[in-house]
Amino acid sequence: MTSRSEGPMTLAEMRTGQTGTVVEILGGHGFVRRLETLGIRPGKRLTKVSSTLFHGPVTFKVDKAQVAVGFGVARGIIVQVDRYLPPGP
Amino acid sequence: MMRILLVGNPNVGKSALFSRLTGIRVTISNYPGTTVEFTKGHIKLGEEQAELIDIPGSYTLEPSSRAEEVAVEMLKEGDLAINVVDATNLERNLNLTLQLLERGIPVIVALNMWDDTRHRGISVDTTRLEELLGVPVVPTVGITGQGVSDLVSRLPEARIPAEVRTYASGDERWARVGDIVGQVQTLSHRHHTWTDALEDASSHRLGGIVIALLVLFGTFWFVRLVGEAIIDHVAEPLFEWLWTPLLMRLSVALGPETFWHSALIGRLIEGQIDYLQSFGMLSTGLFIPLAAVAPYIISFYLALGFLEDVGYLPRLAVLMDTLLHRLGLHGYASIPTILGLGCNVPAVMATRILESRKERFIAATLISIAVPCAVLQAMIIGLVGQQGMGYVGIIYGSLFMSWVVIGMVLNRLVKGFTPELLIEIPPYRLPSGRVIIEKLWLRLSGVVKHALPIILVTVLVVNVLYNFGLFDALASIAAPVLTGLWGLPKETVVAIVIGFLRKDAAMGMLAPLALTAKQLVISSTVLAMFFPCVATFVVLARELGARDVLKAVAVMLVAALIVGSLQNLIL
Repeated sequence: MTSRSEGPMTLAEMRTGQTGTVVEILGGHGFVRRLETLGIRPGKRLTKVSSTLFHGPVTFKVDKAQVAVGFGVARGIIVQVDRYLPPGP
Repeated sequence: MMRILLVGNPNVGKSALFSRLTGIRVTISNYPGTTVEFTKGHIKLGEEQAELIDIPGSYTLEPSSRAEEVAVEMLKEGDLAINVVDATNLERNLNLTLQLLERGIPVIVALNMWDDTRHRGISVDTTRLEELLGVPVVPTVGITGQGVSDLVSRLPEARIPAEVRTYASGDERWARVGDIVGQVQTLSHRHHTWTDALEDASSHRLGGIVIALLVLFGTFWFVRLVGEAIIDHVAEPLFEWLWTPLLMRLSVALGPETFWHSALIGRLIEGQIDYLQSFGMLSTGLFIPLAAVAPYIISFYLALGFLEDVGYLPRLAVLMDTLLHRLGLHGYASIPTILGLGCNVPAVMATRILESRKERFIAATLISIAVPCAVLQAMIIGLVGQQGMGYVGIIYGSLFMSWVVIGMVLNRLVKGFTPELLIEIPPYRLPSGRVIIEKLWLRLSGVVKHALPIILVTVLVVNVLYNFGLFDALASIAAPVLTGLWGLPKETVVAIVIGFLRKDAAMGMLAPLALTAKQLVISSTVLAMFFPCVATFVVLARELGARDVLKAVAVMLVAALIVGSLQNLIL
């Protein structure tokens, strides 16, 4: 299986089940630090678990922990999503 | 005396360890933020006594909520810190450990939830971790007590590391954490378990909603069924067979129409004691807390304890987030609110887990207005339920609508911001029966201990005041509001006044008034809304401060006036 990346997107835009690497956290110092305390910072791998209706919270896994953040927070987390291509002929 | 602090991230099992170390029962649940105040206890270290303090969990020593502030303030006063670390989540936990080591306080690490590591496919090299941190590391399981004696025997080894590292930036500290985790932790593949499947289902966009509805419906059903069963098969028979004959003898001995007869036994209804109507200290005064209310307290807290320990509540918080944002709150405010369905006092205290002042004000005010505690609910179901459960439904519906509408109004009026949801969702855990029963006992004895004396005194005072005719005077003063707006007979003023003290006693006073179903609905709703009981009021004043508590009271009075009048018009 080969893997190739496409452009980064926000956690809010990711599809359920997608995995990727955090590249950037957009927001003020306090915001960045608060996410950091939950283990969310550039370089971390995360998997989106679910989203809720009406732009509600987004749930994802980082390390062994599950974390839920508001939609606005999710829009500040920029992720480079892994993209798996089917093995070539 | 030496002061030992239990420090760690939220929901890593500090309170379970505290309970194991001191033998003191404290509330333990599977969600971050159970402990919002520090709890003190004592442990024996050889010949010496030491003080052990359980501190609210914190992700960092740079606090962002009031519960976290409490943690950091306490740290200055400790002689030694037991750093409780969740072994299944090393990276995030060790960041706090490194911050703690920089503070120059002797530290010992309790690597807690050790039993969870194996089935999660995690193995940790504790010897290497000890070397890297420079302080002792002891694997423990707080819930079962495994490793706790090791922890105690190694407490004297707690130390400040030989070489105290400080970090110029958070990034540098994280890099060090990553380095340590890389050296001590090995991950292996593990099988998907049934709790994983359940976790996935309850996070699912639609599955989550279905599960939430099932849980809420099931909980309500369980609480009513178990509560009623205890009343019908235990509490009432005990009173009828054991207590009534004794009281009847006492009644004869005291003689009718004497002061002590009316104070202790109350009025006889057709020559018999009617526990809901007689209103003597030993009849109604004992019956309400022990037979009408306690059974529902037991069934409610059994259900709540189970949901707490399984780890369901944070998932509900996620689902409620969108609605709660409309009310100026975020999802996590659903946890204090649910606690309020048990008792408003710990619920108002639990609003400390919310970050902004605006949120705390709205959450606490809404809880005191529109979240009926278990005691009040038991009386509503017992008294109004006799007229048909539909009327009970109207009361709950009115309270829920008030909760939504008042929240939306307050969201507009109160200045400040509502932060976004940002929470860790704990894994589902099979609850320990012992923990649930201990927690139930803690809460039940708290309610009975606080409620019983107040109810007895209330009943006595009411009887005395009746004899002096004071309530007649009050009734005429309050008549315009009671009769004019709410359509209630003026005698209900007694119940409303007693509502300041205890809601259950107040509801009990409605029983002898022969109210119509509509009047019962209105008076119950107004009783629930117009003022919290005195115990809640005290906590509310402490948490909000003098000025905000006055605002909250104003909101309550206005809301009760409007909702009571609307019900009178519509029903």
